[in-house]
Amino acid sequence: MTWASASDFFAMGGYAVYVWGAYGVTAACMLIDPILAARRHRQALRDMDDEFEADDDLDATAGVLS
Amino acid sequence: MPSSIRFFHFASPARFYALATRWSPALWVLAAVLAAAALYIGFFVAPTDATQGDAYRIIFIHVPAAWMSMVLYLAMALWAAIGWALNARLASMFARAIAPTGAMFTFLALWTGALWGRPTWGTWWVWDARLTSELILLFLYLGYLALVDAIDDTRRADRAGALLAVVGSVNVPIIYFSVKWWNTLHQGASITLSSAPTMAQSMLIAMLLMTLAFWAYAFAVVFKRTQAIVAERERHAQWLTTTRKLETA
Repeated sequence: MTWASASDFFAMGGYAVYVWGAYGVTAACMLIDPILAARRHRQALRDMDDEFEADDDLDATAGVLS
Repeated sequence: MPSSIRFFHFASPARFYALATRWSPALWVLAAVLAAAALYIGFFVAPTDATQGDAYRIIFIHVPAAWMSMVLYLAMALWAAIGWALNARLASMFARAIAPTGAMFTFLALWTGALWGRPTWGTWWVWDARLTSELILLFLYLGYLALVDAIDDTRRADRAGALLAVVGSVNVPIIYFSVKWWNTLHQGASITLSSAPTMAQSMLIAMLLMTLAFWAYAFAVVFKRTQAIVAERERHAQWLTTTRKLETA
């Protein structure tokens, strides 16, 4: 095993700032990207639902008028 | 002759949409498992480097991110070109969906490179050929995103973006070969097809596993974003409204 203890692992041989700085930002970016994509998808589907409702309202109105 | 050519079978947004829904969970699981394996080998099996100490462990994300930045750019340019030349809607949507993830990997290649360069070269940044051409790649991605965003007519935006993406793809071989063509501070290629790898096997395996993880991840995210774009653009198409009504019923 490379590491004597957990603190030894986190110290990364004195390069903790560089190694964890690289991995931390990478992890954060790779989490945010799919979250934004999923949110965009949900928003697009919600917009579609709103249009259905608007269409239904329009149909209802047309029904009353006819 | 029967229609043996099925190239356009999956070129329909409707088919792609269903396919992406079906395959996405498997892609996410694959990405997570591969990344976990790469991290385990990278941090617990691979030994400390004799000259760089543990700072070298940045390689397990730096090199895969840099590869993805170039591969995704070429994929984006290719899909954009196909969308332009063949007037294929889905291809243009792929190009748009790839751009943000490609930009992210380019940023990460630069970021992890800076954090690796500081302890090993003594500087965060130098204006040498490799680093500068990778920075230009980031600007190409951002320029593409800004351009397609600025044009209201969707298909015109696709075509303008395709032109930028295709012209900008000259930069990719420049990045790749920059360490050969110019004297730079950046080291040469980590892996080439023509010679044996110069690093310990466990290091190589961790790096390759992380590369596969990034590939699976890129497919999963790009599929998701393409679905979002399909939902935005085709919201009046009957196949999509029917699918949606069945889902929400």
